[in-house]
Amino acid sequence: MESTNRPREVRLSTTPSKDDLSNLKLGDIVYLDGLMYTAREGVYIRALEEKANIPMNLPSQSATNFHCSPAARINPDGTFEMGAVTATASFRFAKWLPEWLEKSGAKLVIGKGGMRSKDYKEYFVPNGAIYLSTVGYGTGALLGRGIESVDAVHWNEELGLAQAMWVIKCNKMGPFIVASDSEGNCLFERENKRISANLEKVYEGTVPATLKRFGETDDKSDELIG
Amino acid sequence: MISIDLIQHTAEILMDKAAIEIPEDYLDGLKAAAEVEDGDLSSFVLQAMLENYEVAKEDRRAMCGDTGTPRWYVKMGNDTKIEGGPIALEAALRRATANATNGVPLRPNRVHPLWRTDHDNNVGIGAPEIEYGYEPGGEWIDLITVHKGGLFGTDYRMLFPSDGIQGIKRFYLDSLVAFGKRGLACQPAIIGIGLGGCKDTCMVLGKRAACLRTVGDRNTDPKIAELELELKELGNSIGMGAMGFVGKSMVIDTHIEVGYCHTGGMQMSVHAFCLSSRRAVARVHADGRVEYRTDPNWFTDYQRRETVEWKVPTDHERSA
Repeated sequence: MESTNRPREVRLSTTPSKDDLSNLKLGDIVYLDGLMYTAREGVYIRALEEKANIPMNLPSQSATNFHCSPAARINPDGTFEMGAVTATASFRFAKWLPEWLEKSGAKLVIGKGGMRSKDYKEYFVPNGAIYLSTVGYGTGALLGRGIESVDAVHWNEELGLAQAMWVIKCNKMGPFIVASDSEGNCLFERENKRISANLEKVYEGTVPATLKRFGETDDKSDELIG
Repeated sequence: MISIDLIQHTAEILMDKAAIEIPEDYLDGLKAAAEVEDGDLSSFVLQAMLENYEVAKEDRRAMCGDTGTPRWYVKMGNDTKIEGGPIALEAALRRATANATNGVPLRPNRVHPLWRTDHDNNVGIGAPEIEYGYEPGGEWIDLITVHKGGLFGTDYRMLFPSDGIQGIKRFYLDSLVAFGKRGLACQPAIIGIGLGGCKDTCMVLGKRAACLRTVGDRNTDPKIAELELELKELGNSIGMGAMGFVGKSMVIDTHIEVGYCHTGGMQMSVHAFCLSSRRAVARVHADGRVEYRTDPNWFTDYQRRETVEWKVPTDHERSA
């Protein structure tokens, strides 16, 4: 077991410089300042497959894509109420992310659970992007406190509130955990590798089910997400 | 007769409480886990979660941005009459769900599975689910709302008597390890296990075991209670903690519920009630009193009855 040191804390802009990003290490805790936007499958399909014009200037306005649907409402007077925000699992968006990173210039992708190191090496590193994971999950109320204001919501009529593109102004929003680095290493794979070493012992004596299923793996070290 | 307005008003308060206030039993369980956790990243995560619950209550904001899929468990005493009848009751719960989604606010999670239509209020076909239970005596209604989160942590498998306890352990570990990687199950969680029934009832039993029993509660069958503790310990020995980081806190408690099944089978389901284990309960009485609590107290002896007839132990009977 490692020492119980508190991880290093870093404050970062949502349009970070190359140097800012190359200093990040797996497991660092990050707090963000600046504009970020939410985008998940609804936005990706609309922007990439249906070729709709992205209603923001990216990446100049924001280089931070949050895989998130907020607990929020649009008031009758057009103002916004945003309570808690938490990430959704990112691996499901792998089919759109290579094109999205290239098109949007996003340098920070925030979500839940991370991607495979293969994904990081193939299209995060070439685009100079880093993956941040939310903490918990989820510290929705803590992250909610980091929202200074909601600047806009785009495509809410086309996609609904949950899938819409929310533009959020952050003030020391966090905590987030650095889950990929500039070489494409993956925090979760590092942890999984350590845990897998113990699994044979934990499983000792148990028996596999009598009736098998198609398409399964019994390799306990498998990442299962790709 | 129980007032329908009072039911709707109470239901709206419950929606708010469930989303914002972590139940005390789970909070105590998580604090205990945080004390023994020694993985550095896992410890950091648990401390952040404890802070998050405080912030949620202080700010009156939902503890998690994914506010789950609101549902209702309704239980009534045998003498209960509701103003407007069961149709009015269901309308009141649907209204309360929609109003609270906009009011708290909650995330409007519920969409059509194919057309992805979102009414932005968590109400739609079959949503929110409303399930019923009854108890032998009294004129009262228990409104229980559970906003179980997550797409991960739940699985079902048809096992057979020959799979035995070691087969149960295997599927339990498989579910925890598979969904625990990268923290997809949002652990440490209350794990509910359904054993037996038919496929659908097995799922229902497991979900209720996770969502309708409190941390520390044990099954009234002493051997099942023993298995619950054994499985809790097994889950925490995996070496995995919060977010799938190296650690020892995977399970806050394990609950097992059983139902009689086909003689050839041993159905098993596993459910993880996440770090935001949202549940809130109120009993509404005919005289207008409302008592709020967080323990659903769903699994009474009556709910677990085994025999054809159920006899209410009355004074008359005792003296006879």
